Amino acid sequence: MKIIGYIIQKEFKQIFRNKGMLPIIFILPLIQLVILSNAATFDIKNITFSYIDHDHSVTSRALIERFNASKYFKVLTDFPSESLANAAMQNGDVDIILEIPSFFEQNLQKEKKAEIGITINAIDGAAAGVENVYITQIVQRFNRDVKIKLMQPTDLKTQPVTISSIPLFWYNETLNYKTFMVPGILVLLVTMITLFLSGMNIVREKEIGTLEQINVTPIKKSQFIIGKLFPFWVLGISILSIGLLIAKLVFNTPMLGSLWLMYGFTSIYILVILGIGLFISNFTDTQQQAMFIAWFFMVIFILMSGLFTPIESMPKWAQMITEFNPTKYFVEVMRMVMLKSSNFMDIWPQFTKTIVYALIINGLAVWRYRKTI
Amino acid sequence: MNPFFGFIKKEIYHILRDRRSLLILLGMPIVQILLFGFAITNEIKNVDIAILDYSKDATTQEIINKISASPYFTINQLMNNEAEIETVFQKGKVKAVINFEKDFGEKLIKYHNANIQIITDATDPNTANTISNYINSIVQAYQQEQNKTLTLAYQIEPKTRMVYNPELKSVFMFVPGVMTVILMLISAMMTSISITKEKELGTMEVLLVSPLKPLQVITGKVIPYIFLSVFNAIVIVVLGIFVFKMPIQGSLLLLGLESVLFIITSLTLGILISTVSASQQTAMMASLMGLMLPTIILSGFIFPISSMPTPLQIISNIIPAKWFIIIIKGILLKGVGFSFIWKETLILMGMALFFIAVSVKKYKIRLE
Repeated sequence: MKIIGYIIQKEFKQIFRNKGMLPIIFILPLIQLVILSNAATFDIKNITFSYIDHDHSVTSRALIERFNASKYFKVLTDFPSESLANAAMQNGDVDIILEIPSFFEQNLQKEKKAEIGITINAIDGAAAGVENVYITQIVQRFNRDVKIKLMQPTDLKTQPVTISSIPLFWYNETLNYKTFMVPGILVLLVTMITLFLSGMNIVREKEIGTLEQINVTPIKKSQFIIGKLFPFWVLGISILSIGLLIAKLVFNTPMLGSLWLMYGFTSIYILVILGIGLFISNFTDTQQQAMFIAWFFMVIFILMSGLFTPIESMPKWAQMITEFNPTKYFVEVMRMVMLKSSNFMDIWPQFTKTIVYALIINGLAVWRYRKTI
Repeated sequence: MNPFFGFIKKEIYHILRDRRSLLILLGMPIVQILLFGFAITNEIKNVDIAILDYSKDATTQEIINKISASPYFTINQLMNNEAEIETVFQKGKVKAVINFEKDFGEKLIKYHNANIQIITDATDPNTANTISNYINSIVQAYQQEQNKTLTLAYQIEPKTRMVYNPELKSVFMFVPGVMTVILMLISAMMTSISITKEKELGTMEVLLVSPLKPLQVITGKVIPYIFLSVFNAIVIVVLGIFVFKMPIQGSLLLLGLESVLFIITSLTLGILISTVSASQQTAMMASLMGLMLPTIILSGFIFPISSMPTPLQIISNIIPAKWFIIIIKGILLKGVGFSFIWKETLILMGMALFFIAVSVKKYKIRLE
């Protein structure tokens, strides 16, 4: 026990002695938490919208006014010709072009039918789908209002049927992305710090040559690993705590579930990440290699955690891979406990998987560590 | 021999000698682009939904059939009361519940108006919103069908054209982003420790007494990595085109030149980190912690920049990846020529020059 204490003391001294590192460990993640949480939104708004009005009639202007009034669209001035509008779209200045043909109003009155052309920049396919829905809704409402204006109120037979859909968004009524992103980004930051620090730690001693000195001491393998793990574990928990405080104070993120449950899960989760870090550290010869491999896994952990894009949309084989991603479980648990106030029984599967993961990976790290060179 | 070429030769030896790092550097992008190209998508398909039908009549059945026929939704279960909603959401599999009110069909005939509730699990707001919109548009389409027979139907029909990506595939959105982010991070990471490594191993002293000028040391460190990164870029683009079927509307030569420019910008950013950091560890942490999330989130790779608050839209301008994503999408998907992307090109060039200038300025010719 005493030996472990000394190693821990040494590690802490090394962390706090490196003045260049301290801001990277403590300040950088928190700044990123505050800034990036605001940026991570799929909200589709400020859609740049422009139009070509060949008709210049009362009806065409009324239709354009509807788009102007919508909160989703940012209406730019009209284009006199199609080629100019297309050039603006190629340039990226415009996302949607509405084209109203000549005789639009006349056709509508005579034949009760008229067409309008809509061009959507669909590179972002999902956004284009939603934009299309918004446009259809506006046009349909316009249709309906035209009908009602021209109809006798008593004529019930010819009155169109309307089915009103009432959307209800549970757990996050205002579709606030920050509620969802702040805990998620915090998870990523804690993961990155702990993985990178632990991943580079032992290999650094190897590269500088101080590992040899430790190897000739009577320190046992497990003592050494525990002594190395503990300081980073404390770091991870402290950054999480500061982050949660910021989430509460700055973003007013709801924390419905039990904080104890959160911390309980986090303690085990950080052990998994540290285990992976130590394993990388044991496996590599130079800090450079360790960094590349840690980076490789970190990008996978981030992008396949289900935080930015839903796991359900992934192909089946990729979903299988996410089962091995500890960050996925952490994101899920954070979301469940904080937003849905899930209890221990609800997160039981994630809990057991993470414990098993922690045991296996740390076992491997200890086993893989050689006291000989 | 010219000392500068001698220096470049030394750097190339260093890179080639560390076989393991080389293998990692060349192998990682391939694995990542294959993995992310397939996995990073937000297309909605086969989402599990549940039905809570209080009226169970012909009309509701018709609408349910319409919904289950769409490729977006799979009807997972039929419910009997509202209390069940909470339970299925807690379990997490079902993402939305469609609730038909009592006497739905009858109300529609009598009062020409009836209500449907679309209840979504909005812990993931994006998916919830998309699902809600899609269900709504199916319902609207049904409604329009019912109104077709009306004599007085005034119809404005939108003829919609989805340009650049008619099938709304999400690979078109994400593959260029994946290509950019991987190329940028890997390039910046490679050079970020190049100078600090010399400092830490003590060989910096030798470099400092050599006749090499700071600018020569810096460019000499960058040049060998350009070849390595160009190789990575070629692999990434080839995979993008052949595996993910990215169209090539524009000129491949232009794409190649722009890629080299982007690589140089990223490598010089790495060098800048290297000159200002004291140890390898600091340099690595700075490049990993400082670049990874900002590049992923602020570059427009996943999150549309136009949706961000204005201050963040301004901040996004300093992310080199943002500009290259615009360039690569422009060339591959829109088929634009240089005249459409000269501004982005100039910005990347300016960034590279800035990084080199600051690196040279910060380069200390004395050991502390």
